[in-house]
Amino acid sequence: MSLSVTLRHALPGLTLDVAFDAEPGITALFGHSGSGKTTVVNAVAGLMRPDAGRITLHGETLFDSARNVNLPVHRRRLGYVFQDARLFPHLSVRRNLGYGQRYAPRDAPGPSLEEVCALLGLEALLERRPGALSGGEKQRVAIGRALLPRPRMLLLDEPLAALDPARKAEILPYLERLRDGTGIPMLYVSHSVSEVARLATTVVLLDRGRAIRTGPAEDVLSDPDLARRIGLREAGAVLSATVAAHHPDGLSELAISAGRLFLPALDLPPGGRTRVRILAHDVMLSRTAPSGLSALNILPGHVTELRPGTGPGVVVQVQSGSDKLLARITRRSAEALGLAPGVAVHAIIKSVSVARADVGAG
Amino acid sequence: MTGWLGPEEWQAVRLSLKVALWATALSLPLGVFTAYALARWEFRGKALLNALVHLPLVLPPVVTGYVLLLGFGRRGPLGAWLEETFGLVLAFRWTGAVLAAGIMAFPLMVRAIRLAIEAVDPKLEQAAATLGASRGRVFLTVTLPLILPGLIAGAVLAFAKAMGEFGATITFVSAIPGQTQTIPSAIYAFLQVPGGEASALRLVAVSAAVALGAVVLSEGLSRRAARRVAGA
Repeated sequence: MSLSVTLRHALPGLTLDVAFDAEPGITALFGHSGSGKTTVVNAVAGLMRPDAGRITLHGETLFDSARNVNLPVHRRRLGYVFQDARLFPHLSVRRNLGYGQRYAPRDAPGPSLEEVCALLGLEALLERRPGALSGGEKQRVAIGRALLPRPRMLLLDEPLAALDPARKAEILPYLERLRDGTGIPMLYVSHSVSEVARLATTVVLLDRGRAIRTGPAEDVLSDPDLARRIGLREAGAVLSATVAAHHPDGLSELAISAGRLFLPALDLPPGGRTRVRILAHDVMLSRTAPSGLSALNILPGHVTELRPGTGPGVVVQVQSGSDKLLARITRRSAEALGLAPGVAVHAIIKSVSVARADVGAG
Repeated sequence: MTGWLGPEEWQAVRLSLKVALWATALSLPLGVFTAYALARWEFRGKALLNALVHLPLVLPPVVTGYVLLLGFGRRGPLGAWLEETFGLVLAFRWTGAVLAAGIMAFPLMVRAIRLAIEAVDPKLEQAAATLGASRGRVFLTVTLPLILPGLIAGAVLAFAKAMGEFGATITFVSAIPGQTQTIPSAIYAFLQVPGGEASALRLVAVSAAVALGAVVLSEGLSRRAARRVAGA
């Protein structure tokens, strides 16, 4: 376990009381704005001092209110990528990148300037000034700058939130390469389900200052109990998939635990691993194997849970192979179909619903 | 130039330049520190420090000069200590003129630098700290380069103020030709004697030229530094 956090802190209008462990890979601190995510990351970085608690990294204590330990920011060796890139305006990109390099311990593992430039596509930007960069370029430089001092962990606070969708799509693959290529653990703050679904290994769900759930991304995001907290419009399951084939009609075939999914052509070789996200409101349920439907993606399974809400809707969790799907249907339909735990169903997924932006390599 | 200026006038010009340069150079580190403390730190007595720094701006200069004489005169507590410990005498010496000019110029310098520091986004300093830089290094590598335009402006303003200081200087160190007679007190002295107008006018021209040169120089340096800082 790389990072272990326990902290209590009173903020105006919110009392933070959080405990979680971050495993290797990307741990997403996920929750609505105002749930205290940034405060938690700032406490880990040492930019704010919590009222009480204990933060350890690889066994080293960064903060412990009981023992009065509070390691200063510059000695924690954590890379921090801020939402606003915070590049030094008076330095060129090259010197921004090099800023923290002199503080890197000689024996610490980590990428060289050349490797970071190659990873993030920075070669062409090196002699430019931050003022002459686009938002996406700035953020890429900021990520590189945070990596070069060879930090023990990378903290990212909504690194994509200030960017438009095109820039987000530009950065996401770099973050994936970072996750898969460098092996550096990351704590990633986000309120975007699609980012979390695409990137996170582990999800810590924050709600009004509390960590209400910590677990593998697939489990947390497909938990019907949490669907309402995440937001019904964005609730959905995350499935691991392998590219089985590309078909000449422009569809890619993905193998998942319970069968096959067809998606508009993916830019991945056959055998490549990926994640798909299926939104709850894009899933219909049928008791019998449907025929005469235009939907391509139909997965067999059985109902594991029903979660009625306050309105006319109900969130149904369906076990399909080793994956769990979520379907949001009306209570009336659920009653008409006689849905109950154990009942066999077919999940009908509109193939358009598996949007490209929500499909991530991993 | 010595041909155009009389020896006494030339002496006053040289002394004024020397006093103003020393006053600016010596007060600059303290000015930056004070400005940083006022801009960035919360501490008890901050309001008092702020008032003290600004006091010379609002007090009659003669009062400031007299207070200096009481404190730093050869029988004043600080003056006696300085003379015993370092052999440094301020009263009625050019070194005293440096002190008087430095104190009178201090509020202007601190104000300009403080404004520049307040304009630096503390988030950049935080970012530098997360990259491994200690507080001191953050100041040297981020804060200082970013406040350079304001720092230059503050220093030039202080230099110009020090060149023109009259009231506190003449009260504290008098106007001894060759020792403590700076340009303003020389002009005043020339105007007291018949036929001194020509000398006074020449010194007025020198003052105006130095002041104008300082402003032009600081504008140019500030603009250059600001361009660097803007990062375009």
